[in-house]
Amino acid sequence: MVLPEFSYALPEIFLAVAAMALLMLGVFKGKESSRTVSWAAVASILVAAGLVLTGDLESRITFNGLYQTDAFTAFMKVLALCASAIAIIMSMDYNSREKLDRFEFPILMVIATLGMMVMISANDLMSLYMGIELMSLSLYVTAAFRRDSVRSTEAGLKYFVLGALSSGMLLYGCSLIYGYTGTTNFTNFQQIFAAEGFEAGIGLIVGIVFLIAGLAFKVSAVPFHMWTPDVYEGVPTPVTAFFAAAPKVAGMALFIKTFMIPFGDLIAQWQQVIVFISVASMILGAFAAINQKNIKRLMAYSSIGHMGYALVGLAAGTPEGVRGVLVYLTIYVIMNIGTFAIILSMRQRNGMVEEIGHLAGLGKSRPMMALMLMIFMFSLAGIPPLAGFFGKFYVFVSAVNAGLYALAIIGLLTSVVGAFYYIRIVKIMYFDEEAEGFEPVNRTLAVLMGASGLFTALFFVYPAPLLSGAAAAAEVLFR
Amino acid sequence: MADWNILSIVTFLPLVGALLILLTGGKEEVAARNARQVALWTTLITFGLSLTIWAGFDNSNPGFQFVEKAEWLGGGINYHMGVDGISMLFIILTTFLMPLCVLASWNAITTRVREYMIAFLIMETLMVGVFCALDMVLFYLFFEAGLIPMFLIIGIWGGANRVYASFKFFLYTLLGSVLMLVAMITMYFIVGTTDIPTLMAYNFDVDLQYWLWLAFFASFAVKVPMWPVHTWLPDAHVQAPTAGSVILAGVLLKMGGYGFLRFSIPMFPVGSEFFTPFVFALSVVAIIYTSLVALVQKDMKKLIAYSSVAHMGFITIGIFTFTQQGLEGGILQMLSHGIVSGALFLCVGVIYDRMHTREIARYGGLVHRMPKYALIFMVFTMATIGLPGTSGFVGEFLILIGTYQVSTWTAFLATTGVILGAAYSLWLYRRVVFGEMVNEDLKDILDVNKRELAIFVPLIVVAMWMGIYPDPFLDVMHAAVGNLMEQHQLAIEASQSSLHAAK
Repeated sequence: MVLPEFSYALPEIFLAVAAMALLMLGVFKGKESSRTVSWAAVASILVAAGLVLTGDLESRITFNGLYQTDAFTAFMKVLALCASAIAIIMSMDYNSREKLDRFEFPILMVIATLGMMVMISANDLMSLYMGIELMSLSLYVTAAFRRDSVRSTEAGLKYFVLGALSSGMLLYGCSLIYGYTGTTNFTNFQQIFAAEGFEAGIGLIVGIVFLIAGLAFKVSAVPFHMWTPDVYEGVPTPVTAFFAAAPKVAGMALFIKTFMIPFGDLIAQWQQVIVFISVASMILGAFAAINQKNIKRLMAYSSIGHMGYALVGLAAGTPEGVRGVLVYLTIYVIMNIGTFAIILSMRQRNGMVEEIGHLAGLGKSRPMMALMLMIFMFSLAGIPPLAGFFGKFYVFVSAVNAGLYALAIIGLLTSVVGAFYYIRIVKIMYFDEEAEGFEPVNRTLAVLMGASGLFTALFFVYPAPLLSGAAAAAEVLFR
Repeated sequence: MADWNILSIVTFLPLVGALLILLTGGKEEVAARNARQVALWTTLITFGLSLTIWAGFDNSNPGFQFVEKAEWLGGGINYHMGVDGISMLFIILTTFLMPLCVLASWNAITTRVREYMIAFLIMETLMVGVFCALDMVLFYLFFEAGLIPMFLIIGIWGGANRVYASFKFFLYTLLGSVLMLVAMITMYFIVGTTDIPTLMAYNFDVDLQYWLWLAFFASFAVKVPMWPVHTWLPDAHVQAPTAGSVILAGVLLKMGGYGFLRFSIPMFPVGSEFFTPFVFALSVVAIIYTSLVALVQKDMKKLIAYSSVAHMGFITIGIFTFTQQGLEGGILQMLSHGIVSGALFLCVGVIYDRMHTREIARYGGLVHRMPKYALIFMVFTMATIGLPGTSGFVGEFLILIGTYQVSTWTAFLATTGVILGAAYSLWLYRRVVFGEMVNEDLKDILDVNKRELAIFVPLIVVAMWMGIYPDPFLDVMHAAVGNLMEQHQLAIEASQSSLHAAK
């Protein structure tokens, strides 16, 4: 018997071992260990990111074709890992203040991150499903982490039930695809679909549609978005911050990888489905957010809209499109980290607040915080020269190049509608009279805010590293 | 000369000033005073430096000068700056108006002075950048980014209904611009670069030209603004603080006209030719309709705002005549309107600062208490009417000559606008300045002070200079405008001969 090559999966193996070690550390040190475990979790995630970066960037397949790494997976993994690490850092102070400082929390996040890495590297429907479930189950638990709060447990349950439904759809799709092709392996799919004279039968197409449905649920794209606003609002804010970034990266990576590599030759079959999902998400994200008063709920709708924009690049189905998605996701993650750092700082004397109205007069009471939030809001709206504009620019360039003019025009028009609710927040901060101010911002959050704000504002000065990195990562999918 | 990147320096120097203000803290009083000083000196130095562009400008060169190019986004998108005879004077206009705006806000703005000055300095960078950019993405960046500081200027320091006005301004302009973005992306896809000189030389497919022209038109028509998408302008003007109105009327509106000259006409000659009657029709409606609307206004700023729409109608007609006189008249009228309407808003600002109302009926008989003010106001009223000897005359006259060569009817209808313009301007002047002093509280109103005189004197000098001896301004344009017309003519002939060949 020949053992598989383990070294390609070194970051994942390390993270799995680290999660177990952290669990033991937590158990032995007891309740007070939460901060130590958190920092150790951040450190192990960063080590894993280092391992990904120093590892082989050539395309490697191991574990009997279940698992694959290359420059694309490396890009996505580093992005997901950094997002997770920052989410853990952001959660620490909140959790200790709200008496949620249990050591299981960072460990669950590490395990969810491990699931994301498996998703990103999946080269088979089996490993894809395994990764999704590992991530989702950990996320269900973190969603319901505040056990004594009705809203949190309700959000967790809702997420679980709907998530289970989507997993069911995904599995059903997988089994249909397996039934009509006789394999679950991506490499084999590629050979089958690329073969001369291959015609996709209706059964296979139904399978693909179910697969899309399952994946769309994970990135909260319309019409599988219903869980997002309630879950975003109900769960503790650091968990929302986590949900908004890393799982979206992993889900989108899976979307790109599955549809560009194995199903790349069937683009005629799935393109219109993706176009529909994208248009519907952009429209819903733009209109539904207008009336929101809770900032977490608003960010939920905003994330639905942003996933719609990212899917525009996928719908194009070209290397340029994928590059656009990668640039978009990176910028999106950074903007979200900054925005949630600010939401986590919305703390008054009587505790955390989430209503948009509490931001009134922030421009006077906390000018730097208001300036940062303004940068993020204009950037999310896609106004140049902020980073968000470049994200949109590249996905729309790819859409036009692929001949999807209608998609580009609808997308840009919805971005005008979306701009309304983003600038409404700016209006509340700067034009309205001062309300009760916020408590001083904690230093970690201030650093995160400032760093992501500077990135967002100054991205245009030297955009080359991200653009070329994303281009290199996108290239490998089309070899 | 080109070695020391004068365009980048002029563009980004205000940003340095903004950073300086951001970094200096201190007590509110001190910080406000420092912010005012830094803003004034930054804008003055920028103006001085921008004059060296004019001094070093080669009038006989129809192409781009002071060109700078650097790698930026890659894939044919570069940092590319340069000026020609069309754009150069707009830069001077911008840098000339900015110190006056800072001075006009000296005592009028008392809250959040630091933020105000930062917003204005950022605005200056973006406005100069629009006129320097020779890359479409760079242009779009400057063009759109200007929305953010202007939104804040109207929203934070504006009048009672400022929120509505700022939202309307932002969303209207954004909606127009995103369509332009689609067109830009399409052009990028076809040509493979966003370099403006390359795109000017490229011949786009005729059918596509119509669509691209319309998409660009959507953006520039909102910016100019042309009837019927002008409705954001009166709101924005009325609510904006005085200096904001000056920038809005003086420079932001010119970006639309400049866009036609830089993009629509050279890049889509056939499309421009095809839509000329459409532009003429909208402009004539704008001239007559908004002049009539201006007649019945009760608010001074609103009246001047509507008169701006009418004047911009002249400019679009002049540009789309494709004649030497029309184009040069259009450009000169833009410069003149920038000075004159800016000055008129400043005139309103002077009495608004004293009485805190812009309602025409609340004034009357100001000449008794404010003789100097009456004189200043009269000069600019005459200039806006287009009295010979003032800047307004040269521009309007050239435009009408150019229009007459192309379409007699358009020239006839546009000329009625001159008469209506005289009517509403003179009537405004009569109601505010002459007559009896009816209102008690006007009895101790003070005449213009030294600071205000320092604002108006340069404006008067320039307005008269352009009216009496406009050659220095026109000389700058000749070569570039001639080149533009020549290219346009060639493109039209080429498309017609290919049409004949197809038949």
